[in-house]
Amino acid sequence: MAKANKIDKGKVEPGCAKQDPILVADNVTRSFGGNKAVDVAHLEIPRGMITALIGPNGAGKTTLFNLLTGFDKPNTGTWQFAGKDLAGVSAYKVARLGMVRTFQLTKALSLLTVIDNMRLGAQDNPGERFWPSFIKPLWAAKEKSITERADALLERFKLDAKREDYAAELSGGQRKLLEMARALMSDPKLVMLDEPMAGVNPALTQSLLEHIKGLKASGTTVLFVEHDMHMVRHISDWVVVMAEGRIVAEGAPDVVMKNPAVIDAYLGAHANTDLGTVSIENAKEGKNV
Amino acid sequence: MDFGQILNLTLGEAIGVFTAAYALCALGLAMHFGFTGLLNFGQAGFAALGAYGYGIATLSFGWNMWASAVFGIVCAAVFAIVLGIPTLRLRADYLAIVTIAAAQTLYYFFSNSQFASVTGGSNGLSQFGEDFYGANPIPEGRYNLGIITLSQNEIWIRIVAWGLVFLIAGLLAVLTRSPWGRTLKGIREDEDAVRSLGKNVFAYKMQSLILGGVIGALGGIVFTMSSQTNQPTTWVSNFTFMTWTVLILGGAATILGPVIGSAVFFMFLMFTQGILEGLQSMGALPFLNSAQVGQIRYLLVGLFLMLLVVFQPQGFFGNKKEMQFNG
Repeated sequence: MAKANKIDKGKVEPGCAKQDPILVADNVTRSFGGNKAVDVAHLEIPRGMITALIGPNGAGKTTLFNLLTGFDKPNTGTWQFAGKDLAGVSAYKVARLGMVRTFQLTKALSLLTVIDNMRLGAQDNPGERFWPSFIKPLWAAKEKSITERADALLERFKLDAKREDYAAELSGGQRKLLEMARALMSDPKLVMLDEPMAGVNPALTQSLLEHIKGLKASGTTVLFVEHDMHMVRHISDWVVVMAEGRIVAEGAPDVVMKNPAVIDAYLGAHANTDLGTVSIENAKEGKNV
Repeated sequence: MDFGQILNLTLGEAIGVFTAAYALCALGLAMHFGFTGLLNFGQAGFAALGAYGYGIATLSFGWNMWASAVFGIVCAAVFAIVLGIPTLRLRADYLAIVTIAAAQTLYYFFSNSQFASVTGGSNGLSQFGEDFYGANPIPEGRYNLGIITLSQNEIWIRIVAWGLVFLIAGLLAVLTRSPWGRTLKGIREDEDAVRSLGKNVFAYKMQSLILGGVIGALGGIVFTMSSQTNQPTTWVSNFTFMTWTVLILGGAATILGPVIGSAVFFMFLMFTQGILEGLQSMGALPFLNSAQVGQIRYLLVGLFLMLLVVFQPQGFFGNKKEMQFNG
């Protein structure tokens, strides 16, 4: 892929340098008891690209997300986002700097309406401070512009019909969409999506993919964790593979997926087989899958 | 049994001072629990600090009523900060444990004889309302208000108490409809999600804890002002649980709920007292003595509350739709 040449700088190997990294992490480790969940020597995320973070269950992908966004504290490590040192910075400040995440288990705010969920994603609303909140003229204008932006995003994510519903009334897939749209309210520089496709039906998957590509087009960097290899192949510019806490491979998607180490650690022998066929074959042989 | 008398007393409770005091304390709890999801089981402590702060400032420092009230409020705010710093970063249940223990500690502190020269020890404080009742513009006398007859001071305290209730309810209505209130509700639903959106969750929870605590302190001041007596035994955990009852009756995430909940609670107590005492004096309840009549009312309140939670879990004013999604 031609794109890949633009991303890396020098040799393509685990932890390799990038032409223009937005996020650089060094020696980030996190142990739970004796188990080293994350042990990343060096990682760079290319700016303006879509990077996929893949790996088997328990590889430490979500833990790495938590560490980088300030939701968990590492045992060691430093990392810079857009040149700013983020180690020890609390989660809300990380978000304010333009690095916004979503969660694997969707965190829609159930008893808030869809539009209120969206409004909450915006930054610098003076009405969210205690004393100014008493005086509506101080924040009415900002609130209006936030609402307009929220409505535009809801329309893009096909949630405008649900505007006044409680988030609790949405389906699982719609909640994923809402969480992603809400994360975009602050106009982040880097969006970190933790399994955006989990539990989303195929029709919605297609539109989610389009949204993610749209983000890239608008200049936002995307880093996402995903198990759906079709999606990884389809939209990512760069793939980072984790196993047992370490970065074991990275590179352009088509190259990485042919890497024997990756096939061993993650994809398995059936990497290129349609799962549907596998289960039918197994069924014929009387195997329990 | 004089039904007219029972009915008059019951209706009188609707505008009673204790009703207003509990309404204020429950409004504070609505801020904590209903709108922010903070489990505060120490509202009695906040109310006690308001009451003692006012009483001590008046009697020991010789301050006027405004300065005394501000002192009571500041005491409650400091209490909120001290409780909040270690617990608000933790899960909600830790705050519950710490508040119930801290309120109990305050009760023992205030009733301790060591500091009796300031706190009055187990006798508490009295006669601290001279300044407040001195400001009463109503001429001396007894006034027939239709159902009840009240003195000028009884009317004055009711005007101030209910004025406060409506002022606070109005402020809370404005706050909870603002983006600030929206952020609090977000925190109630999932604080990590709100944190991921760039909000300083700790600061919001602290603001809510202080605000609800200060409203509780006002409730405490009103409670003790009616008879100008402040006894430490008032501030045991019973006070907190009655406040919770009032809140749940009316609806936790509502403004009107705590106010109406309080009125219904005290009217119910007065009405059942009248009926039970009437029946007892007629000899219809041979298995109860007059002390037990007072106690059985609370049994009935418990029964009533259980029925309410089963059939109307959102309280009188809560949103039924919200309850359906509350998993």
